Amino acid sequence: MTDQAQILPGTLDLLILRAVSLGPLHGYGILLRIAQISGNALMIEQGALYPGLYRLVRQGLLRTSWGTSENNRRAKYYELTVSGRKRLQQETDDWNRLVAAMTTALSVRPEEA
Amino acid sequence: MRLLDACRSRVSAIFLRSRTHDEMEQELRAHIQHRADDLEKTGISRAEAERQARVEFGGYEHFKEECHEQSGANVVDSLTHDLRYASRVLRKSPGFTMVAIMTLALGIGANAVVFSILNALVLRPVNVPQAQNLYVIQPASTGSSTESYPDYLDIRDRNRSFTAIAGYEMAPAGLNSDGTPAQIWLYEATGNYFDVLGVQPYLGRFFHASDEHGANSAPYLVLSYGYWKSHFFGNANVVGRRVRLNRFTYTVLGVAPPGFRGSELFFSPDIWAPLVDEQQVEGGSDLTSRGARGMWLVGNLKGGITPSQASADLNDLAASLAKEHPEDDAGMRLKLSRPGLLGDMLGGPVRAFVTGLMLLSALVLLAACANLGSLFAARAGDRGREVALRLALGSSRGRILRQLLTEAVLVSLGGSALGIVGAVALLRVISAWQPVPDIPINVPVNPDLRTYLAALVLALVSGLIFGLVPARQVLKADPYQGMKMGSQTGARSERISLRDILLALEIAVCAVLVTASLVAVRGMVRSLHSNFGFVPIHAMQVCTDVDMGGHHGEDAAILQRRILEAVKGIPGVSAAGYTNRVPLNLGWSDNTVFKDSATDYKISNAAADAMEYNVSPGYLGAAETTLIAGRDLTWNDTKDAPRVAVVNQEFARRLFGSEANAIGSHFKIWNGVRVLVIGVVEDGKYKTLSEDPQPAMFLSILQSPSSETFLIVRSDRGTAEITAALERNLRALNTGLPFSISTWSRELNTALFSARAASMALGVLGVLGAMLAITGIFGLAAYSVSKRLRELGIRIALGAKRREVLSAALGRVIRLLAAGSAVGLVLGLAATKLLSFIVYQASPRDPAVLGGVIFCMTLVGLMAAWIPAQRALGADPLVLLREE
Repeated sequence: MTDQAQILPGTLDLLILRAVSLGPLHGYGILLRIAQISGNALMIEQGALYPGLYRLVRQGLLRTSWGTSENNRRAKYYELTVSGRKRLQQETDDWNRLVAAMTTALSVRPEEA
Repeated sequence: MRLLDACRSRVSAIFLRSRTHDEMEQELRAHIQHRADDLEKTGISRAEAERQARVEFGGYEHFKEECHEQSGANVVDSLTHDLRYASRVLRKSPGFTMVAIMTLALGIGANAVVFSILNALVLRPVNVPQAQNLYVIQPASTGSSTESYPDYLDIRDRNRSFTAIAGYEMAPAGLNSDGTPAQIWLYEATGNYFDVLGVQPYLGRFFHASDEHGANSAPYLVLSYGYWKSHFFGNANVVGRRVRLNRFTYTVLGVAPPGFRGSELFFSPDIWAPLVDEQQVEGGSDLTSRGARGMWLVGNLKGGITPSQASADLNDLAASLAKEHPEDDAGMRLKLSRPGLLGDMLGGPVRAFVTGLMLLSALVLLAACANLGSLFAARAGDRGREVALRLALGSSRGRILRQLLTEAVLVSLGGSALGIVGAVALLRVISAWQPVPDIPINVPVNPDLRTYLAALVLALVSGLIFGLVPARQVLKADPYQGMKMGSQTGARSERISLRDILLALEIAVCAVLVTASLVAVRGMVRSLHSNFGFVPIHAMQVCTDVDMGGHHGEDAAILQRRILEAVKGIPGVSAAGYTNRVPLNLGWSDNTVFKDSATDYKISNAAADAMEYNVSPGYLGAAETTLIAGRDLTWNDTKDAPRVAVVNQEFARRLFGSEANAIGSHFKIWNGVRVLVIGVVEDGKYKTLSEDPQPAMFLSILQSPSSETFLIVRSDRGTAEITAALERNLRALNTGLPFSISTWSRELNTALFSARAASMALGVLGVLGAMLAITGIFGLAAYSVSKRLRELGIRIALGAKRREVLSAALGRVIRLLAAGSAVGLVLGLAATKLLSFIVYQASPRDPAVLGGVIFCMTLVGLMAAWIPAQRALGADPLVLLREE
């Protein structure tokens, strides 16, 4: 767990949306999914996930339903709404542009400037 | 649509609050369980897995709260959460909650009652439209608030500040609507009365200025709504009906609207009649006498004129009246006052007293708050561990503070609800109370919206005050220390804490209240035992007005004598006599008297203003007014004999220098009539109990006839027996007169009314203060003993004496009690100067009061500290050590 990176502020929402975009998940499932899709590289404090989830639900980006988990426990499932999907698309684009710009900026060598 | 959805989710978030809360709890638990399931698979035990899952999750409470915030929890939302939590906490300690609620119920209840009275008497105007423009016009200097009819006419016609000015008097009369005359009370009012007040009739019409054409010219009357309902059974045909008022035929013009009681707050009349008919209504008229000041004036201020402009205008007018009529109006000054309480006559003292009462009851509430503040602080101290735990679990300090405040406000709302219930019950009783027998006087003080609002505001404010007391403790709480040491944190600090200051403050406030009420009660006891100048015990009063039977002049005098002889003949009657006025009853007459040498009978030349009683021979004996020198009046002191009078000691001193000089000397009454002094009697009380010695003269009723007749009958027989005998014998006379019979002591309640009411109010506040002091001291003593029980046990084990244990346990409380009482006593004594306006002989420099306060506060301390002291002495070190 030592090479895990703290996630950047503001990126938790995007990660959650991305994790849920692959299918409905409960809270713990989302954490596992984020760990899986980031190759165990991103660390989220477990409790900190929930305020984020509630925020997204309030913004109408996620909707919830109760179901039974693979461990046969009652759990609350989250999935994307239509506007959640749109937001994910838009934020992903924004992120990619940011990353491209950052990468370009950081890869410039001194003599090229 | 989106907006609608947003609103809906918002609204349902509020109402489905508890469901959301439960779901959140379930969800977070499910998370921990899932994580534990995974951890378990790594081979550790379930318990270990769950523990580790919880650790990994992080600050549970903290995240839960953040979830609340993120899910759109608003103020209302978290408030309901806080309320649920607070009520759960309070239910867990019912003793504490009950004491707190009762304390506050007393404080809020007392304030609600006093505020209602303040509202009814001071804040709320007379119940007429545009009451804010109404002002009483009254003399600026003298003790009375009334003017004469001729002056009224001049003021009405010559002022430039009022659209109209009306005048009125209150009087009894005999009304005969169904064959039997009954005594009623009425307003005699000028024709424009209803127009000035701006009221509209409920039925028929009112009388107006155009109905008046000189004396006895307007035989009309208006019924009050209540009298119409009770005596005419709400019959609409009453308009135009003829009734007999003192044997004169009057026509009922109309009925006043419900809720309209005329221009005074406390007087609820049966009817209104035109003042020009005064001669027929009262049997005598002084409408033509400029010196006979008996009517109240009330006027409607013109728009754009300020009260100070109006009083300047009135004083210009008064100055010219003084020039035109120097014999009656010399030195006349006028001023304005608020209507409703007989100008400043009642208004001044009543307003001052009710305001004072309001201050005292605010002190009661302050004491209650201080009390609760220290209770809550003590509790917050005990809950240090809980607070520390919640802080450690990630709760914010603000959140915990809000939680504590919610508890306080919940207690204060509960307390005020209970207080209001009690207050409303008490106010109903006060409103229905008729303090003076036979006269329709009462004060409707039913609570209105303003009362409830005031109580609510007081409840919230006091909740915040005492709820904030423990705030500092919470804010400086250190979770680590709290966890380590539990509730013992900071229990022993030697410096003066906020709690100590609060308790000392509370005790001081309570000592003020106790002092004030002892002064009042002491004054009351004294006034009951002071010398009235007559003996009310074993004396009956029979009241009638021979004029109501249509008897005048000689006829009246003969009838009065006949009644007297009939009463004297009743077995068991030892003495009887009659008078036109009774000392200390509501009405009185006074008149200017002059020295024998005077030749110019102007007010400025008067030697004194003396109380005047027109009495029959034998009255002084029946009243047991002690004759000091000379002789009583006799039946030979008739119209044709020289005018004679018996005077009191004060009269003799003022006019003749000494009592010895008085007998055989002459003085002059109005118009220069010479009167010979034949006897001197002891001084008495005539208008009020708290008056200074007044000169009084007792003239022969044969020489100054009066139709008003108060028969004083002295008898040792039981009240019921003598009342029945009087009724029988008076009916047998067949006079057709209404008689009202009661004991003199009962009639005297009138004079004692204000002092009694004031003493009662102050007494109740004093008891409240003492109760609050007891709970406050008990709270702190019990708390400090329980904190130090272990230490005390060890002291006992090491051989400490009882006295040492007690001083260790309660020394601080006792020191606070002493300091607080001393401060309160000094403040209370300073404040009682205010009381002396109302309460008779309220002298703060009275050893009985000083001793009483010290005794009371000691008693309070003993009562409050008794149980904690027993507990301290009974501390068993072995048991205590085992407990820890």
